[in-house]
Amino acid sequence: MIGINVYLALIAIATLLSMYRVFRGPTTVDRLVAVDIMTTITAGLMVLFALYYQRMIFLDVALVYAILAFGGVIAFARYMEGGL
Amino acid sequence: MNALAIIGEVLVLIGTFFYLLSALGLIRMPDVYNRMQTSTKSATLGSLGVMVGVGIWALGTDFGSAAWLTKSIVIAVFLLLTNPISAHALIRAAYKSGIPLWEGSVVDKYREHLEAKERGEVEEAPAEEGGEE
Repeated sequence: MIGINVYLALIAIATLLSMYRVFRGPTTVDRLVAVDIMTTITAGLMVLFALYYQRMIFLDVALVYAILAFGGVIAFARYMEGGL
Repeated sequence: MNALAIIGEVLVLIGTFFYLLSALGLIRMPDVYNRMQTSTKSATLGSLGVMVGVGIWALGTDFGSAAWLTKSIVIAVFLLLTNPISAHALIRAAYKSGIPLWEGSVVDKYREHLEAKERGEVEEAPAEEGGEE
């Protein structure tokens, strides 16, 4: 149970690197791809938090978060194509 | 620390490592198409590793039950199904909004397909026969 801190640190580093692309990215789709990756990483983070705090209810939070993030990314992609 | 916990921990380590690789590809690659290519695939594989690993790891602890593994496999399968869809929609939006390819990219099959369709010489996709070998 000690090693889980290392995994949380790896996820934090990955999220920070994605944040660099969100702030830097030259086009809008660059930022959207980075946000998509960040939501995937955050779903994994929530699953790890469920293990860290020993609460199974956090797994449901991760599932709902994944569903909402998928809908949001699809909506933004349709909007970028020109027709919502 | 029993065998299930060790197996799950190794899977979680592999998954977080692939998360880190996907973020590295996101800041390393030169244009949006290459970034999508590198980051989405490795993030999907990392999600599989993390979620199945957490399920197995929880089975090895004293508070774990079979519902942990079931729920985490549900989340993993959902992400495995929806990540390619969202990446494909995003990159099609990028192409249709006119973002140019990197100058080092040498092949653009979609533009060739569109030009062939304009000339009216595209044959409809040669359907299922021959798709099996």
